[in-house]
Amino acid sequence: MPDLCNLLERLSNEFGPSGRERSVRALIREEIAGQVDRIEVDALGNLIAFKEGTGPAPRLRVMVAAHMDEVGVMITQVQKNGALKFRPVGGLDSRLLLGKRLVIGDERIPGVIGAPPPHLQTEAQAGKPVGLDELFIDIGAENDKEAEAKVKVGDYGTFATRFTVLSRDKGWPTVRGKAFDDRAGCAVLAGLLAERYPVDLVAVFTVQEEVGLRGARAAAYRVEPDAAIALEGTVCDDLPRPEDEDTTPVTRLGHGPALSLMDRSVVVHPGLLRLLQETAEAEGIAIQYKAPAIGGTDAGAIHLTRGGVPSAVVSTPCRYIHSPASILNLNDLENVLRLVAAALRRIERAHLARM
Amino acid sequence: MIELARKLTEAFGASGYEEEVRSVIREEIADVVDELHVDVMGNLVAYRRGSAGGAEPGKRVMLAAHMDQIGLMVTHIDEKGYLRFAPVGGILPLSCWGSQVRFADGSVGTVGLDGRVSRDDKVPALSDMYIDVGATSRSEVRQRVGDVAVFWYPFAAQGNAWFAPSMDDRIGCVVLAQLLRELKGAEISHDLYAVFTTQEEVGLRGATTSAYTISPDVAIALDVTLTGDGPYATPAMEVYMGRGVAIKVKDSGMISHPGLNRLLIAAAEAEKIPYQLEVLHRGTTDAHSMQVARQGVPASALSIPSRHVHTPSQIVDRRDVEAAIALLKAFLARPIALP
Repeated sequence: MPDLCNLLERLSNEFGPSGRERSVRALIREEIAGQVDRIEVDALGNLIAFKEGTGPAPRLRVMVAAHMDEVGVMITQVQKNGALKFRPVGGLDSRLLLGKRLVIGDERIPGVIGAPPPHLQTEAQAGKPVGLDELFIDIGAENDKEAEAKVKVGDYGTFATRFTVLSRDKGWPTVRGKAFDDRAGCAVLAGLLAERYPVDLVAVFTVQEEVGLRGARAAAYRVEPDAAIALEGTVCDDLPRPEDEDTTPVTRLGHGPALSLMDRSVVVHPGLLRLLQETAEAEGIAIQYKAPAIGGTDAGAIHLTRGGVPSAVVSTPCRYIHSPASILNLNDLENVLRLVAAALRRIERAHLARM
Repeated sequence: MIELARKLTEAFGASGYEEEVRSVIREEIADVVDELHVDVMGNLVAYRRGSAGGAEPGKRVMLAAHMDQIGLMVTHIDEKGYLRFAPVGGILPLSCWGSQVRFADGSVGTVGLDGRVSRDDKVPALSDMYIDVGATSRSEVRQRVGDVAVFWYPFAAQGNAWFAPSMDDRIGCVVLAQLLRELKGAEISHDLYAVFTTQEEVGLRGATTSAYTISPDVAIALDVTLTGDGPYATPAMEVYMGRGVAIKVKDSGMISHPGLNRLLIAAAEAEKIPYQLEVLHRGTTDAHSMQVARQGVPASALSIPSRHVHTPSQIVDRRDVEAAIALLKAFLARPIALP
């Protein structure tokens, strides 16, 4: 088993909002270079790695995708007083932005989303969220001239969170960091490349998922796979939740790989779902099902490519995704890797047929 | 044809889970087509060879009717045995409470409404509702998270009106299947791809991939449309149940190919087939995804006017269904010359 914790740490700390994934791409490229037959970067910036299978030809071509991009911000205006106005890139909740530390641009200029102190708060403001239009980023510049020497309109920003191990307990090893959606998937996908499978594996590290599954659409068109699996870091809302509430969370931390049945972007192919279920059973891997009808993934774009591609989604539960700090359980991450690797050893043409 | 309508409307087929309706349709058309196959997305693709050879070469014509219907997917089963659900496609909260639903295995339930929600004036949210399968505890429930139910009442006919919860778009499937049956043994000058598509209600997905594979010269969707004949119909709409097949001019996802519509109108007028022109304010059909497939495809849609679309009891008029079939036959019998 590759050291997923170390890999996830480096991936999580890297800068890669949608449309500016190049640092993440460079890191992954270096990481997997010795393990694949060929690497290409396409026009949109997808990193596509080919690893030929060991089975007899004609072999199935299986595309496994994880997206490199994370949610972030883009600078839209430098104000006279040196404050930076911005807009979100991808799905950001403006309620959680106040007071957060960011890094901006390719020079990683540090900044903070300014928050007025409570001393100045009026009764009318108390307890109310601050809207996006009122928020600004402060990089400590004296005025617009000084700010523009460091940051330009169009520069991206991401949260400045550094990866931290929270628990080394083997039964419950947890880590905290930003961008687990979808660096968790990237870590698994890079880990999958340690092995050669009977099928031809095409590992695609995609771009611009958070702004509309854009990289995956073009990559799937190019790769023309027989089947596809999207790897995600997905919603985990087992906390906060009243102890006695009789509901099912979207996923639960530590309960294993989350298989999707249907989300807003795809109805998972029944044959591939069966493959994953059989594989989990045979390997003794506990799985859970992601609550239906929530979110969308690269599989949404991939399965509609050309004449259609049987597609499935396997996710690592991540608490607080799209925030400055997510938490995941490394056992879940390792079990996603074990499950998908075993499924790639097991997949046959029969899994792709419709009745 | 009424028996065909009964069979098709009573078959189960929520978006993504179209196995049952697909096998029913398959059985109905297997011996009247030249080829039949199921593709990756579960589309049932039937091919009728044209007998080209005249002066005008025949076209590849794709006709699409979607097999899927909107549904309710179980997301949680509580300790008392009530099932929470998420919508599959455009389930309207207003039409849920008290509706009977049916799962693929035939088991049924009633949609209930939380006690904490006012019965008076406010429209509840789907999250305020649950499916009651009549269980008295969780252990009696045989459904699982991920199972899907559809609105369920048997097909009924009353005068010219046909009632079913799945009219959108089983009535399009009826038109297409009946067309294939009536074309049996007849000469047609175009290659016909009759596609019973999947997952229309969740994003026109089956038509997207089948249009890519078939790469047609012309594409027409067969679907239902709303009507303007109800009390206080808003917005105003000049489509009426019983006044003929509706030739789509525009909806919120597609503007029909004007040349193709001219051919459809000319065929209807020549054969004295009752038709109406349809401008739909909101909503679209498989014609949208067929129109933008590959390099673009001339596309339109023929609609069956339907009252109460997406509710548990949708109504169509048999005469409009017959007009749609007659128009398709007339259209396929003529040259398709598009500028």
